[in-house]
Amino acid sequence: MLVLEKRPQPSKGWIAATPVLAVVLTMIAGGLMFAALGKNPVEAIRIIFWDPLFNAQFASYARPQLLVKAAPLILIAIGLALGFRAGIWNIGAEGQYIMGALAGAAFGLYFYPTENPLVFPGMIIAGAAGGWAWAMIPAILKTRFRTNEILVSLLLVYVAEKLLASAATGWLRNPDGRGFPGSRNLSQIEAMNNPELIANTGMHWGVVAAFIAVIMAYILLNRHILGYQIKLAGQAPRAARFAGVRPTRLIVLCLGTSGALAGLAGVFEVTGPAGQISIDFNVGYGFTAIIVAFLGRLHPVGILLAGLLMALTYIGGELAQLMLTIPAPAIQAFQGMLLFFLLAVDVLSNYRIRLKREGLA
Amino acid sequence: MKTTTTLLAGAALALGLAGGAMAQDEPLQVGFVYVGSIGDLGWTYEHDQGRLAVEEYFGDAVETTYVENVPEGADAERVMTQMALSGADLIFTTSFGYMEPTNNVAARFPDVMFEHATGYLRNSPNVSTYAARFYEGRAVMGHIAGNMTESNIIGYIGSYPIPEVIRGINSAYLHAAEVNPDVEFRVIWAYTWFDPAVEAEAAQALIDQGADVILQHTDSTAPMTVLAEAGAIGFGQASDMGQFAPTPRVSSIIDNWAPYYIERVQAVMDGTWESSDVWGGIDSGMVEIGEISDAIPEEVRASAQALADSIEDGSYHPFTGPINRQDGSVWLAEGETADDGTLLGMDFYVEGMTGDVPN
Repeated sequence: MLVLEKRPQPSKGWIAATPVLAVVLTMIAGGLMFAALGKNPVEAIRIIFWDPLFNAQFASYARPQLLVKAAPLILIAIGLALGFRAGIWNIGAEGQYIMGALAGAAFGLYFYPTENPLVFPGMIIAGAAGGWAWAMIPAILKTRFRTNEILVSLLLVYVAEKLLASAATGWLRNPDGRGFPGSRNLSQIEAMNNPELIANTGMHWGVVAAFIAVIMAYILLNRHILGYQIKLAGQAPRAARFAGVRPTRLIVLCLGTSGALAGLAGVFEVTGPAGQISIDFNVGYGFTAIIVAFLGRLHPVGILLAGLLMALTYIGGELAQLMLTIPAPAIQAFQGMLLFFLLAVDVLSNYRIRLKREGLA
Repeated sequence: MKTTTTLLAGAALALGLAGGAMAQDEPLQVGFVYVGSIGDLGWTYEHDQGRLAVEEYFGDAVETTYVENVPEGADAERVMTQMALSGADLIFTTSFGYMEPTNNVAARFPDVMFEHATGYLRNSPNVSTYAARFYEGRAVMGHIAGNMTESNIIGYIGSYPIPEVIRGINSAYLHAAEVNPDVEFRVIWAYTWFDPAVEAEAAQALIDQGADVILQHTDSTAPMTVLAEAGAIGFGQASDMGQFAPTPRVSSIIDNWAPYYIERVQAVMDGTWESSDVWGGIDSGMVEIGEISDAIPEEVRASAQALADSIEDGSYHPFTGPINRQDGSVWLAEGETADDGTLLGMDFYVEGMTGDVPN
């Protein structure tokens, strides 16, 4: 009989090996699914994982796009991971992302038309502040009235979506847009544009910010007393209190940081790749980032890699759709398998599989 | 001649030239970008029916592909670019929010033709726009609704307060009021194109307000289920929704993109494709009136059909004066018909409508 035996320490070897194992298992299970759909499984897997990176026809475009797609995921996930480590559950990054974009765009468009070079930095600050303020609502409600931050932050996503719709159809609508919804295209306004910094690299300010966030989070968690407090509060809340960690301060800091980073992701997106405030501006980065955070094991470098991997499955998945006409739900199922296997094989890092004879147990 | 030196344009050019040289033997590659799922039984479903019609009509001479559930914005731009890189000759982008991405990508791939549904931007000569005059269908639905309501309250589930939707409301109202001057419209804005739960709630709220006929400008069949329970009637939207006939679905507005898609693919094959802006109505076949069910009395069915026929043969325009704006000011004088520019930007209700257009 197979039994699981808890390891005294998580196995270092398995921690490194499990992601690779999970990808292999996904390829096998996904390949079976594609074969069942009547598609060539080897070709499908190659298109998803290989072609975006190395196919001569697509790679020169797809590789930079990986950064563009991964940047908001990484930026948001880094912020979320700080809170998750401390046991503070911000589920509403999607809403903070929207509010960041709205605040940034509103700030910029207030000065339209302008050529003032300070407008773009101002928009970035406004974006971070917008996300921060939206996250402060669950933070204050939690510290003052002990409400559940999971529920409050999640429900505020829907409020933010309504504000987004009203902005796109009303108060931020492009006056020259013939009454159609959507703001002016910020990426076409010199003073409000988040451009590609080096041609054909996909590198824009949001990507830069994501890399900086990874480094800062790494330093914070490993070298700073606050990082120690965050980890302690998550692992041993009582001990943390004895050690002088003030829970209120930690809640405000963690929710505020994740809100500000989500807001930054929003404003970089609206001034760059998305270009404008539209009704469907948000496409779920705030929720996908939760997966990225856990996929990266709440570790900054892990999140960086997890974000890039998620981006790869998106871009490769689209390629597979259009090259092999694989339906979108099958691609989503494939992404789901990847997450499932990653979390499932995690068991191997924490547990040892032992063969035991019946009766002894 | 201006040349762009980006890698992309170079790659596109190389592909385009190769495609041109082999045009006789290679099947034409046609791509479709969908905002929803092809199984939504509404907007995207009908576009995909158009794609399948193209495949059936041209057989081996075309190869079609599609990507579904593509969010508007940066993701759409990436999908279109990958489609163009994969060798597509003609790409249909089937949602209003694809307008900027379509034009951005088209500028980088001058040899790929782009067709954008429901937009107005054609920044380069390889972009066309197309849309349907759904307000013509709304006139017929309004006519039936005005005849059928007993409570004189007609409910309307709006998606977003944009010209397309406001135009439909005005058209339906004018033709309901024409046959029943006591009729009153109640509009609920759902702020979504497709959300069964929200749409069902909106339908229920309208019924609670006394509406016994409901028009919807959202794409799911959820309101139909609510109508069936309440004993009220409504109309299929985007697709026929014939599974709810004879009641609650008494007729429908069907988007039929097949004739247009076949025509445009043919034009690319013949080398006669040119940038154009098509706004097709009942006469072009783009807007179809679904069968009017037996639940509607014979004489109403006949008058509704006559109205549709008069729109189709061009003898009648659904916006023919005298029509005043909601504030009482004159919009169209006696016998005057609306120009397309005003219709495309319509942001006001006509006289008699209650409530305000949200801003």
